[in-house]
Parts: sequence; structure tokens; C-alpha cells
Amino acid sequence: MATDTLSNHDAHAHDGHEHHDPGAMKVFGFWIYLMSDLVIFGTLFATFGVLSQATAGGPTSQEIFELPFVLVETFLLLVSSFTFGLAVLAQNAGDRGAVLKWLAVTFLLGFGFVAMEIYEFHHLIVEGYGPDRSAFLSAFFTLVGTHGLHVSVGLLWIAIMFFQISKRGLDSVTKPRMLCLSLFWHFLDIVWICVFSFVYLFGAL
Amino acid sequence: MFGKLSLDSIPYHEPIIMVTAAAIAIIGATVFGLITYYRKWGYLWTEWVTSIDHKKIGVMYFLVALVMLVRGFADAIMMRTQQAIAAGGAEGYLPPHHYDQIFTAHGVIMIFFVAMPMVIGLMNLVVPLQIGARDVAFPFMNNLSFWLFAAGMILVNMSLVIGEFAKTGWLAYAPLSELKYSPDVGVDYWIWALQLSGIGTTLTGINFFVTILKMRTKGMTLFRMPIFTWTALCTNVLIILSFPILTATIVLLTLDRYLGMHFFTNDMGGSQMMYVNLIWAWGHPEVYILILPAFGVFSEVIATFTKKRLFGYKTMVWATAAITVLSFIVWLHHFFTMGAGANVNAFFGIMTMIIAVPTGVKIFNWLFTMYRGRLEFTAPVLWTIGFIITFTLGGMTGVMLAVPGANFVLHNSLFVIAHFHNVIIGGVVFGMMAGFTYWFPKAFGFTLSEKWGKRSFWCWLIGFYLAFMPLYALSFFGAMRRMQSYEQTSWQPLMIVAWVGAVVIAMGIACIVIQLIVSIRDREKNRDLTGDPWDGRTLEWATSSPPPNYNFAYLPAVDSIDSYWEMKQQPGGFKRELATSFEDIHMPKNTAEGPIMSLFGLFFGFALIWHIWWLVGLGALGMFVTFMYRIFNEDTDYHVSAAEVEKTEREYHKRLEMQA
Repeated sequence: MATDTLSNHDAHAHDGHEHHDPGAMKVFGFWIYLMSDLVIFGTLFATFGVLSQATAGGPTSQEIFELPFVLVETFLLLVSSFTFGLAVLAQNAGDRGAVLKWLAVTFLLGFGFVAMEIYEFHHLIVEGYGPDRSAFLSAFFTLVGTHGLHVSVGLLWIAIMFFQISKRGLDSVTKPRMLCLSLFWHFLDIVWICVFSFVYLFGAL
Repeated sequence: MFGKLSLDSIPYHEPIIMVTAAAIAIIGATVFGLITYYRKWGYLWTEWVTSIDHKKIGVMYFLVALVMLVRGFADAIMMRTQQAIAAGGAEGYLPPHHYDQIFTAHGVIMIFFVAMPMVIGLMNLVVPLQIGARDVAFPFMNNLSFWLFAAGMILVNMSLVIGEFAKTGWLAYAPLSELKYSPDVGVDYWIWALQLSGIGTTLTGINFFVTILKMRTKGMTLFRMPIFTWTALCTNVLIILSFPILTATIVLLTLDRYLGMHFFTNDMGGSQMMYVNLIWAWGHPEVYILILPAFGVFSEVIATFTKKRLFGYKTMVWATAAITVLSFIVWLHHFFTMGAGANVNAFFGIMTMIIAVPTGVKIFNWLFTMYRGRLEFTAPVLWTIGFIITFTLGGMTGVMLAVPGANFVLHNSLFVIAHFHNVIIGGVVFGMMAGFTYWFPKAFGFTLSEKWGKRSFWCWLIGFYLAFMPLYALSFFGAMRRMQSYEQTSWQPLMIVAWVGAVVIAMGIACIVIQLIVSIRDREKNRDLTGDPWDGRTLEWATSSPPPNYNFAYLPAVDSIDSYWEMKQQPGGFKRELATSFEDIHMPKNTAEGPIMSLFGLFFGFALIWHIWWLVGLGALGMFVTFMYRIFNEDTDYHVSAAEVEKTEREYHKRLEMQA
């Protein structure tokens, strides 16, 4: 039995390079990171709340939000969360092929979401309602854009994960990373539900 | 090609800056030459730069902090000199645009690049040892945190010679920090230096939070943790919850400045009040991030040198936890004059006064620990007693400021300056110096000179009172903060007294430098072979000094508070016996990815400041590629063989026997 820098309890499961579940510690650390990321979103939500009426003669939220469009975006993201769940189930079953398949589906759905968001932003900017038009639009673009940026990073991560799993399979390195990515992806879904409710639904009322 | 950067960006016409730059260049060249002459580059690279050993990272943090203390203090004494001269129409020697940069740089450097690295440095050195762990939870990330912090520090120092620094005050209040009123690169330096180092700090917070919760040794329940570890835990909670607010706020200011958005501008619906609220929603927890670990140091020092268990361990823990929570609901007391209304001001005023209660609990705990103890008046104890008196005074002026009515009179006056220096010097600086003296032998294996330590303490204590008591008095005469010059010649005598105080503090800093030199010279005489020079109580003293890279050959088991002390009190005492068999120890490998990523981060920040867009891309790409290399690198850890562990342990015991 070798003792281990990365853990002090349960000193079993040491074969060769394996340590006591450093994976679990990674996932816990990633939870903590998500909580700190949540504070960033909280700050942006608060800023949006304060500035949402500061339209400075520019368009109001009622004039620019198109709920049906956003609803499609929302469903793309929600379904992608479901498909990621299926990828994790496949991982638990040890089925690498299925993991890769569901990762690919998740990527496509997420990509569709980001593409729609870019289209929406582009459309607004062309109309002259860019983020420099008013404080309300600055806050809107930044909050929604920060979420979109997170989803884009998630897409990049999915691509890397796809590559890594197809290269080395499901092992003690890739499995915890998949769990972290899954946490990240579901987290972004929850943030989006808040964006959809507080920004779009309340804004369209 | 080089964006806004040109040869005109270097302030040739400023003699003060040019002389400073020349001095830095000469010192830098000397250090560079010496390292080359003694062929130490390889050693520095493998043993320090790429090291993931928490003890070495802690030492590097503290070293940077001491160097930056000199830089920050140079700013301080320049301001005191200016104010000692510039009375009654005299302009002094610093023009306003330079004076404004100096007070901004002083605040930024002292908080972000002196106090923070001292706190994080001590945490790095001590926490894993105190909880009986072999390293932190994420060793690579720990190294990355340090180098990101270092990149931010380098940016701040670059601003001295290339371009200029912000002229806005240390928190860069909008709309002054907006493009319209600060079109130069100063605020951009502020932005990117703080973003780089702030991300490093957030990562540190996550790292140590997980380390403390997940890596404690056998038997160490939460309520058996040493108090310093408790305060470190609470500080990390504060970092995790508050630094993201700073990151987000600076991003919003960045978007205003770079993309023409309107979060904090005067026009198009922007709200400056939003900026002030957000920055203090981070800023107030920040002061507790700094002071809580100092409280932890004092608790350890007092318990050790009175040879008693800390009085009221549990109340100490709960007081720390209470401060952690309360620190998030007092931020508005920084701007009572904004006009939030009587009810809002009353709420935040009362909350601020309430936070004095748990702090008072702590003061009484320290006093009662000393009561009927056998107190040894070592240098760390002097710092502690100086702290108790000074900090109590500072706390009382804080409660005065918490009264909204009084605050309307005192806001932005020298009273505020005197108050927060009273708690930051009397609290954080004294605490960090106590910790520095107390744990230095743990890091290096020999004790620091007591004589020079005590001299440093007396200079700091006397210098502090001389420098800041006059500011309290001046504030009652109407003196405001951040004055480049003033009309009233009647203020000048007290300003000169304050200048004398700064000179005495300079002697205190000189004493620290001499203390280091003298102690290194006499290191053989002051060597501590046992690893326990103070007859300590907590686990860090149970291993050798400096500890081997794996810290403990066998992880110690704990069954009470101050378990190591209890072991020593057993009949027969604690024996440092050599184990009969050894095991392989699994450790992470050194890695160059952290420093390389941070170097690209430095390019990235510098390029954004000067709008050199190709370099922005290069920096971002470099960081990404290096990170990918890390992700796909499978060779990240190794085993220290049982034979090697045995060899190290045998050498330690040989030294012990030779001493006996």
C-alpha cells in the first residue's frame, strides 16, 4: 500500500498510478468553481435588474424581444441537457460508442443555440440596437452574451472531450472530466432558465 | 503594428520616474548578473519557478510581497513628503497628474500585491502542514495561481516606465475611470493587472477550500482544526464569493471603455452608483479576507507563547464565521453620503456596529489566553500585543464612521485614511510580520534574529502612531484625502509630524531587511534541528524544518485540539523515532505550464492595454495551447520511492542525534 499526497482517507484503490478518487475531489472543486461562476452571473443579473428601464430613448424590451424565437433557443438547450444526461448514463454503462454519439448530438444542439443567439444579436445590431445604444442594451447583451460565451466554451470542451475519449477511452482521467463537463452544461441550462424568465418573459410583458 | 504604444509612451521628461527606472534597471542587472555568474538559472527554474510544492510557492508569494512593500512604501513616503511641503500656495515637487498616480498605485500595490500575497503566502506555507496533508488539492493550479498573480504584479510595475498608471484612486470609481475622463492607458493597466491577479486569487480560494475540507489527516474533525486553518477556511469562502464580483465589475468597466457600452457612463442611462455598490460588495469582504488570517496568526502565536490552549476555541471559530457572514452586509457604509435614504443607511450602520461584537469576542479571547499564562515576550508576541492595542483603537474609529450622521462629516476626509491604516497596519501588517517571524524557521530551518525583529516592531509601532494620529486630528480641521496641496499653513506642522512617522516606519522596513541579512549570516548559529523551535502546539511543528517535499513520512493521527502538544505531554513525551519501514509516496511532478500560461497572459494583458490586437490573439492562443498541452499530458505525477523516503528520514534523525 502506498500512501498518497492527493488523499488521506480510504487508502485503498492504489494500483500503480491510480490514487484514491482524485476524481471525486476534482468534481467537488468544480462544484465550488461553479458557485463562484454563479456569483458572476448574479452580479450581471443584478446589473440588468438595475439598468433594465434605462433605455435612454432607445428601444424597450417589449419592442425587441421575440418570444417564439427565444422559446426555440430554450428548447434546443433543454434538450441538449437531456442528451448530455444520456451521455453520462452511457459512461456509467461503460459504452464508449454511445458516449461519443450523445456528445455529438449535444454538440449539435448547443451549436444550434449559439447560432440562433448570434443571429439574434446580429439582427439587433443591424437594426441599430447594439450594446452601445443604451444602458439597458449594454446590460442585456452582456448578460445574455456571457451565457452564450459560456455555452461556446462548453462546445469547445465537448469537442476536446470527444477527441480525448475517442483517443484514450473512458478512464480515471476522462471520466471525472466528463462529470465536470456535465455539471457545467446543466449549470448553464439553469442559468438560461433564469435568463429566459427574468430577461425575456418579464421583459416582454 | 504596436497599437497606441510608441517611444513617446516612455516619460523621459519625468526625472523622478527616470531615476527610479534607472535604479530598478541597475538592481535588476545586478541580480541577473549574479544569477548567471553563480549558474543558478537551472536551479531557479527546476526548484522554484516550476515548483508545485506549496511551501516554496508560499515563500515566493511572501518574497514578492516584501519587494512590493518597498515599492508601495516608496509611494507612501513620496506622498507624505509632498504634503509636508505643499502648504499655503506651495506646489511641492509632485504635479497633480503624478501625485494622483502615486496615491492610486500605493493603494493598489499595498492591497493586491503586498497584503494579499502575504496572506496567501502564509496560507500556502502553513495550512497543508497544519492539517497533516502532503500538498494542496490541486498543486498545478496552485502554481498557476502564483504566476497569474505575478503577471498582474509585473503589469503594475511596467506602468511605471511604459505609459502611466491610473489617476483615479485605488478603486477606479466610475465615471472618472470611463474613457471620457481617463482616456489614457492608466485605467487599462489597472484593469488588466487586477483581472490577471484576481483570477489567480479566485483559483487559490477554490484550491484551499477543497484542500481544507477534503484533505485533513485522520481524526482531524473541523472542530479540531488549528485556528489559523479555520481563519484560512473562512477567508477562502470570502474569496470564492467576493472575487467573482470584482471580476464581473471590472469586465463591465472594460466593456464601457473598449466597446462603448453604458454601464457606468454619465449618458445613455449608465449608473455610477451601480459601480460604487458593486466594487464595495467585493471591497468590504476583501478587508476581511486580509484580516481574518491575521487573527489566525495572533491566535497561534498567543497560544504557543503562553503555553496554554487558546481561551474559547469554539467562540473564536464562531466569531470568525459570524464575521464571514456579516462582512457581506455592510458594504454600503463606504458611501453613506450617496443618498440611499435614512432607513438604508441605518440598516448598514447598525450591521457595521454589530460586526464589532464578534471582533470584540476575539480580543477578549486573546486577553484571557494571556491571563495567567507564562507569556514570553518574543518578537511575534510583541507584534500581537501591539496589534491588540492598535487594532482596538482602529476598531473604535471604525464604529464612529459607522454612524451615518458622523459619516457625513468625516466622509472622504483624512479620518478615513487614518482609520483604515489603523486597522490595516495595526491588524494585517502586524499580523503578517508576526506570522513571518513565527513560521520563518519552519520554511528555512533557522530562526530569525529576535533583536532586529523587536527593533522592527518598535519602529513600526512608533512610526504608525506618529504618522496617523496627526491625520485624525487634521481631519477635524477639515483636511480631505488625496490633496496634492492645501492652503491652510496651520496644517503643516502636523503634516510634518506625519512625515516623521513615515520615516520611522522606513526604519522599521530597514530593520526587516537587516533582520533577514543578519539571520541568514548567522544561520548556523540559529539552526533549529528539531523542527519545533517554539515548543509549538499544532502539526506543522511535528515535522522537520524545512519539511521534506512530502511533508510527513507518515500522516499523523489527531484526537484533540492542539494534538501535537498533547502528544508531547504524554508520560515519556513525544519521541521523534525513526519508523521501521517506509512506503512509496505519490506526489505531483513539477510543471512549466503554469509560468508559461501566465507569460502568455502577461502578453495578452499588455497587448489589450496598448490595443496591439495581433499580440492579444497570440497571447490568447498561447494560453490555450499551453492549457491543451497540460490537458493531454499524462506524465503529471510520480512516486517518491520508499528508499528515498527512508534516506531523507534517516538524515533528519542523524541531525537530531548529533544535536542531542
